[in-house]
Amino acid sequence: MSKPLYLENNATFGSNTLHYIHRAAEVGLYDIRGLGAKRRVPNFDDLTFLTASVSRYPLEGYREKCETRTVLGTRYAKKPLVLDIPITIAGMSFGALSANVKEALGRAATQLGTTTTTGDGGMTPEERQSSKTLVYQCLPSRYGFNPDDVRKADAIEVVVGQGAKPGGGGMLLGQKINARVAHMRCLPQGIDQRSASRHPDWTGPDDLAIKIAELREITDWEKPIYVKIGATRVKNDVKLAVAAGADVVVVDGMQGGTAATQQVFIEHAGIPTLAALRQAVEALEEIDMLGTVQLIISGGIRSGADVAKALAMGADAVAIGQGVMMALGCNRPDYFQNGAHHSALADYEKLGTAVGHCHHCHTGRCPVGVTTQDPVLEQRLEPAEGARRVKNYLQTLKMELTTLARACGKSDVHHLEREDLVALTIEAAAMAKVPLAGTDWIPGLQRY
Amino acid sequence: MDTLSATAQRQASAVRFDLAETSVRELNHFLHRELPGSGIETIEIVHPAGQHNIAVGVDAPVKIDIYGHVGYFVGGMNKQADITVHGNVGWSVAENLMSGSVRVKGFASECAGASGHGGLLVIEGDASSRCGISMKGIDIVVGGSVGHMSAFMAQAGHLVVCGDADHGLGDSLYEAVIYVRGQIHGLGADARVEPMQESDYAKVAQLLAKAGFDHDPREFKRVASARTLYHWNADANQEY
Repeated sequence: MSKPLYLENNATFGSNTLHYIHRAAEVGLYDIRGLGAKRRVPNFDDLTFLTASVSRYPLEGYREKCETRTVLGTRYAKKPLVLDIPITIAGMSFGALSANVKEALGRAATQLGTTTTTGDGGMTPEERQSSKTLVYQCLPSRYGFNPDDVRKADAIEVVVGQGAKPGGGGMLLGQKINARVAHMRCLPQGIDQRSASRHPDWTGPDDLAIKIAELREITDWEKPIYVKIGATRVKNDVKLAVAAGADVVVVDGMQGGTAATQQVFIEHAGIPTLAALRQAVEALEEIDMLGTVQLIISGGIRSGADVAKALAMGADAVAIGQGVMMALGCNRPDYFQNGAHHSALADYEKLGTAVGHCHHCHTGRCPVGVTTQDPVLEQRLEPAEGARRVKNYLQTLKMELTTLARACGKSDVHHLEREDLVALTIEAAAMAKVPLAGTDWIPGLQRY
Repeated sequence: MDTLSATAQRQASAVRFDLAETSVRELNHFLHRELPGSGIETIEIVHPAGQHNIAVGVDAPVKIDIYGHVGYFVGGMNKQADITVHGNVGWSVAENLMSGSVRVKGFASECAGASGHGGLLVIEGDASSRCGISMKGIDIVVGGSVGHMSAFMAQAGHLVVCGDADHGLGDSLYEAVIYVRGQIHGLGADARVEPMQESDYAKVAQLLAKAGFDHDPREFKRVASARTLYHWNADANQEY
């Protein structure tokens, strides 16, 4: 009687839509959740490499060197960042993540010669000490932001927007606001901490230019200044970020993650990372800044293949958030503590969810200790073990990246180019502006 | 007051920078790299000509006087220093102030004291919109009036307005408290006028004295958060 059979197999009102409507009707408010977009959009899986055969000459995978060194911030900064790999760890806040996790990320990044990034909660001492090279975010909320940490940072990222919620602010629910998080954020313990959608001290690109100049002045023009945007009007935003003085532009596509925001935002705002990347590169080309201003792309980067494709399309580096969280143990059935594996299944069940279905980042009840401030749960992610996992994950990505690059005949991963790619779908061909596989057709472009 | 060469300046206890002849970059480099431990106690800056980012990121117990009008972010992220602007200021004066003080003898444009963590900002004239936006512990005293959306999302600290406040005052306030002597043209979401307690009168008196104003604290009204936006129930009966 309770099962509305007449709606089954209905393309417009499928089971998810039915659930959404029933829930909205019951409670009168939208869903808030963590993670990123779940809907399928054109992505890097829709591209494939044209590796070398006769017309191009491959490099030997196990013997010939393939360079991965990456330099960011060469435009104005006296001290650009020199990374061993073009894979960085995206900004994720202390508060959303535990201090142990932040330390683990720092350790992993240091071991691999890359950067990790602070987040909305400010810089923790553990994170600074464990990170050889740390990017410090200047976010609209300015939680925990202070000039001492600016001076301790190796680069500064002015966050304008985020791929999961471009144009939106955020909310860290009170469940995750323990005494330490609250102290760092200058707010009482246990209340929801809203993050503004816009910066408190500037409103447009002309103001942003002066803001960037302020940060440069404070750091004596030594440190690279990144500007991070959520992918929407990418061409205009990238050009304006460059005009404002960015050394590095970070573009976060709609598959990017978040600690918590409205589901409607996650699924229905912004453009796919694939499309955003092509537009960002075009913007830099049009203002003759490609190579002068570096481009980092983020939002749903998962594998070495994704990294290779992003670089081939014109990115200088990628930033990874959700993939790193999963490497830490997100949605795993167990956790590793005190030298042994322990099942987390009962805790998933208590939350009313299951392995592979959990998106309780916002509630602070993470069964594997990644997105929590609970004193018991956070111990389930030990920094050494977390660092080991993340290092292994990023190391794997590096190996996959160089494997593909060598197969394309490249001795440097930054030599990958758009000509090395074709698309498997018309949508991806149009967005990435590469030919549909087996043709020379790029939808939307006139070919002669 | 010395107005001699750079070498001579560094040996004096008081130095002067003429921004018609010296760049803001050179000034800030001096303030960051050469001032700490130098024994210099007083710095005068003349001919600022509306330039931006003057004396940002200072971290030393020094008295800085700027003669003339300045642009954006003057005194931004200041620690320890006492900075006085003998003129008007552009946007975001004393942005993210940590400690020490910034005093504006004239008027201030938008976002004065934005996201300030501590210390004291005094504006003797009016401040434009969004004064004290996102403040995190700073105390701000405005001799005149403030524009709309002042103290938006202010978390901690105090904003004392001796004149009027435009609409949207204290929208989405957290624990910061606003005191207004004149007319309030409209409160923002979740802000409300509350009865003044003895502790409020004492706080207003203390801040007025620090700022050098002699108004009667009993003329002020208190605006604080109604705290209806503090808890979102994401699990069951989702409601504020």
